[in-house]
Amino acid sequence: MNTIGLMLGLQNQVAQNPFGDSSISWILNVLFYAVFVIFIFYGQRLQMVVMLREVEGSLYKLKYIKEEGRKITVQTIKEIGKPQADPAARVDRFLEYFTISPQGLDPAGIVWKLEHILDVRDVRFKDEVKLMAPSANETQTNNLENTLEAAMALNYIYKVVRHYYLLGKKTYSLYVVMQIQMILPMVMKEAEAYASALKAFAYGQPIGDGAGALVAAKLLHGHETRKIAKDCVVATVPFEGRTAYVIKAEGPGGNVGKPGDAIKEVIEENDGKIATVVMIDAALKLEGENLGEVAEGVGAAIGGPGVDQYKIEESLVKYHIPINAVIVKEDVGDAVSPLRKEIFDSVENVIERIKQVVLERTKEGDKVIIAGIGNTIGIGQ
Amino acid sequence: MTMESSNNQRSKVSSSAILTLFMVLFLSLVALAYGASILETQPEIAYFVLLFGFLGAAVVLYTLIQMKRRLSRLKIVIPPVTTTIECRKCGFKNVREFQPGDYIFKEVEPCQKCNDKMLITAIYREIKEKEKDRFPF
Repeated sequence: MNTIGLMLGLQNQVAQNPFGDSSISWILNVLFYAVFVIFIFYGQRLQMVVMLREVEGSLYKLKYIKEEGRKITVQTIKEIGKPQADPAARVDRFLEYFTISPQGLDPAGIVWKLEHILDVRDVRFKDEVKLMAPSANETQTNNLENTLEAAMALNYIYKVVRHYYLLGKKTYSLYVVMQIQMILPMVMKEAEAYASALKAFAYGQPIGDGAGALVAAKLLHGHETRKIAKDCVVATVPFEGRTAYVIKAEGPGGNVGKPGDAIKEVIEENDGKIATVVMIDAALKLEGENLGEVAEGVGAAIGGPGVDQYKIEESLVKYHIPINAVIVKEDVGDAVSPLRKEIFDSVENVIERIKQVVLERTKEGDKVIIAGIGNTIGIGQ
Repeated sequence: MTMESSNNQRSKVSSSAILTLFMVLFLSLVALAYGASILETQPEIAYFVLLFGFLGAAVVLYTLIQMKRRLSRLKIVIPPVTTTIECRKCGFKNVREFQPGDYIFKEVEPCQKCNDKMLITAIYREIKEKEKDRFPF
């Protein structure tokens, strides 16, 4: 469009005869019509070349991030795990791991199939990390697993973008390139988030996703905890004249635990006599909303593949227990990168909201469950 | 923290591309100088030479700006993470850089004032926000 505009301007100048009736004005006229014809036939292709260049620029950055991710992972494994052999080859193999989700043609029982596959994946990942880093303790193993998962995500993002870029180049199809070009800003944002998450995971720094776990940790700190379900802890805490069962994933290693099983177990232990369940989690904010903004609602505030949400909802329906949710708003970048001050400061607001919910929705002497959901990396109890 | 040195990033720009750019820039400057020198005697040719000189210089400038933007985008900057350690007994507070192994609610070295055990109470990073866009929403 700019070229056409420039040529139009030049043609106007020529029309005003700045050089007289010379051969130059004739050449410019021919040039203008030639460009016009070229744009009619090759305009779309030129547009595609511009798009491909944009994708190519991002692809360079993705490649750089992916390679940095791999390098950090290998370095961290060497530092923490002190392996006998070079872990690079094993890391490369790990980066290509995949998980096939269960067949959904007959959806009955799909949750249990999905849970089984996720359990197998988890065990396999932990075993691989232990082989790569034999000297790592449990906390470090969990952190290394998270680091590897971030590196895997970066590797996958790079490969998908590269796939569309090369496919677009091969087929000369504008629509193939357009698909990736349109979502590229969001993809890059996610990749940058994972890049900053790598160091956080490697060093065991708390991340934005741990907002829920941090709230639970603040509530149960100083009280005796016991293990409940897989990688989860619960503490019985006196709370505004009620008895609160505060649940979180077991920290400080990178872990989300199985809060679905934990909530179910506490409900069963109390024969369903739970006045309310309050779940706290980090949630994605919309553009324009403030980071660390606290909102309140109803429903099971938990992300992931859906297995835990299903289990929680099943238990609640069985005993007709009301469920409340308090969320801390943050964007995808903040969720996986080191905890930001705004999110940390929002914890006190969340606790105030929980108090309000418990006071308004339950009676003195009631039993309540407060579950802090999220990755508890860098957060103890 | 920058993940890779800027020297390494610079190597991603090919030297032949930079050489070509500087050649075009040199030719553009020559054209501008020549155009200016013949402006009085041969204005018809001078306008054309000046036009091409300006166009060449503009293209080189645009390409260099784009190149610089691409290089700056390659840097991944992670702001420092701080750890706050507090003494629950006397309230003494110490803020230091995060060290591997730190976690919230970890008991650390004894308090300098009362010798009681200190606790890590906060780990976070602080980002100075850029001036907000002036949207009325």
